[in-house]
Amino acid sequence: MNIFHFINAFFSDSTHWHGYDGIPTRLREHVQYSLIALGVAAAIGLPVGLITGHTGRGGNTLALIATAARALPSFGLLVVMFILLGLGLLPAMIPLVVLAVPPILVTTYEAMRSVDPSPVDAARGMGMAEPEILFRVELPVALPLILSGLRSAAIQIVSTATIAAYVSLGGLGRYIIDGLSQRNYEKVVGGATLVAVLALVTLGVFWAVDRLTVSPGVRGRA
Amino acid sequence: MIRIDSVTKRYPDGTVAVDRLSLEIPDRSITVLVGPSGCGKTTTLRMINRMIEPSEGTILLDGADITKQPVNTLRRSMGYVIQNAGLFQHRTIIDNIATVPRLLGWSKDKARARARELMERVGLDGALAKRYPYQLSGGQQQRVGVARALAADPPVLLMDEPFSAVDPIVRKGLQDELLRLQAELGKTIVFVTHDIDEAIKIGTMVAVMRTGGRLAQYAPPAELLSDPADAFVEDFLGTDRGIRRLSFFPSTGLELTTTAIVAVDATAEQIAARATPDVPYLLVTGLDGRPLGWSAPGDLTAGAVDPAELLPFGRPFVHGEESLRAALDGAVLSPTGWAVAVDREGRAAGVVSQQTIAEAIRTAHAEGRDAAKVAG
Ligand SMILES: Nc1ncnc2c1ncn2[C@@H]1O[C@H](COP(=O)(O)OP(=O)(O)OP(=O)(O)O)[C@@H](O)[C@H]1O
Ligand SMILES: [Mg+2]
Repeated sequence: MNIFHFINAFFSDSTHWHGYDGIPTRLREHVQYSLIALGVAAAIGLPVGLITGHTGRGGNTLALIATAARALPSFGLLVVMFILLGLGLLPAMIPLVVLAVPPILVTTYEAMRSVDPSPVDAARGMGMAEPEILFRVELPVALPLILSGLRSAAIQIVSTATIAAYVSLGGLGRYIIDGLSQRNYEKVVGGATLVAVLALVTLGVFWAVDRLTVSPGVRGRA
Repeated sequence: MIRIDSVTKRYPDGTVAVDRLSLEIPDRSITVLVGPSGCGKTTTLRMINRMIEPSEGTILLDGADITKQPVNTLRRSMGYVIQNAGLFQHRTIIDNIATVPRLLGWSKDKARARARELMERVGLDGALAKRYPYQLSGGQQQRVGVARALAADPPVLLMDEPFSAVDPIVRKGLQDELLRLQAELGKTIVFVTHDIDEAIKIGTMVAVMRTGGRLAQYAPPAELLSDPADAFVEDFLGTDRGIRRLSFFPSTGLELTTTAIVAVDATAEQIAARATPDVPYLLVTGLDGRPLGWSAPGDLTAGAVDPAELLPFGRPFVHGEESLRAALDGAVLSPTGWAVAVDREGRAAGVVSQQTIAEAIRTAHAEGRDAAKVAG
């Protein structure tokens, strides 16, 4: 009995490919939770990081909040949310968002701060408005770093989204939690393998986005 | 015309960077701000495009206070070139240059056509258009910076130490290019440098500033060299002030000796005829008229001069085009003590002795003093 045996058994069982507890359904749910969490975290982290990075103000406050947020254990937060809010999507999403905001926020801020100040000075001197400087001068250069922040947030979300199953939601966490309670290790290992594969796919997606959006002028220099 | 009217800049920490500075910057000429590090040159320049706001005083552009128009409109009417060029590394060279026209709402095609034209203007190979800044040398990047500043044809160009990050040879090339460009375009240029030689070379007017942001002297370069206002300016100008000043005197008036030249295939009679007591050496030229070297008349073999036997002739100067400084330099470098004058094609036009050059210098100085008296 080794791990490959479990994996093989899990994936070759045709009943695992159909129905509400089938792999396609659980995968879709997992991707859905992850995208929602990443979307919300980015909607918070990106603008705050871009603006504080552009103006250079609020960096210390930011670092403090981010460190505090990182110290919160996701599972503990889930329990607290469950007690406060009961079952549902919201109590599962909050810990994921709290997990993902700090890496996005901090890397975006750092990425903007690390942009060479002289093109920014030149841009301002030739009469570019501040939003134009942010989006057309700083952002394209900061993009690779910002993407790396989003990428590590996404990976963390994908692996942590398994906790959603604790509050009666679906996702790949179901296999792990149900498998553990049923002592069905085939299911546990199968679920964990799917999470790992999804994390790798996420890496691939970010690699592709980086290729497509980062200017060769920026990449060539790095 | 840009008029800086008793402008003071005090930074929030109390540093007085510029102290009651007044300057009239003439149109269509290069005005250089020069001075030691920290004397307030950059601060002064950046107050002109309002990157920095003065604490006191006003700056007028063509008689109007610059704070009366929207700041970005003002900035788009002034090209801005900084040290290290400050190019946008994510944009190609052509799109870097097209930036301001695009800001002004030009179509992409029109802006790019203009950018191509400017690349040629500043001496950049069109093949570089699609490259990114990291693929260019420092000197090329600086040219792109200048082209980008000129793209929307602004009447004013502000340049902050634009050539200080490149090596001396590239810098000289860029300076010559700027002078050539200025002769074509006639912009009002304000140029910051801490290099007094650069200031003297390119400036129509030079403002020497001293630490504390005060103006020490504001004068054309020749006057700066001949009449430094005080010990600070004199010290800042450095050594060789007299020699450097000669750059401003043309060699046009130098009387050349044209008889002391023989061709490489000269006959014995020709050599004898040219050798006069007041010319100790003869300059031998090739059949194309270009100088080959010096020789004492007695050492010349008629009809068969061996160029390898000749004394080197140093560095010739272009008569009428180069200055007395070049002529004197040529005479000092020449082992015979005589300078060789050539025409534009490099053919020997005559020779001139150190004594003759010294006389020309005395005359030029006397005329300069008379001119100063008339002007004063
Ligand atoms: N933002 C600022 N806050 C406080 N002091 C400043 C600021 N910027 C410049 N200074 C000070 O003002 C003075 C003039 O600075 P400025 O940059 O104009 O000098 P500069 O002549 O351009 O020098 P350099 O040749 O080194 O570039 C210096 O003493 C400098 O330290
Ligand atoms: Mg400076």
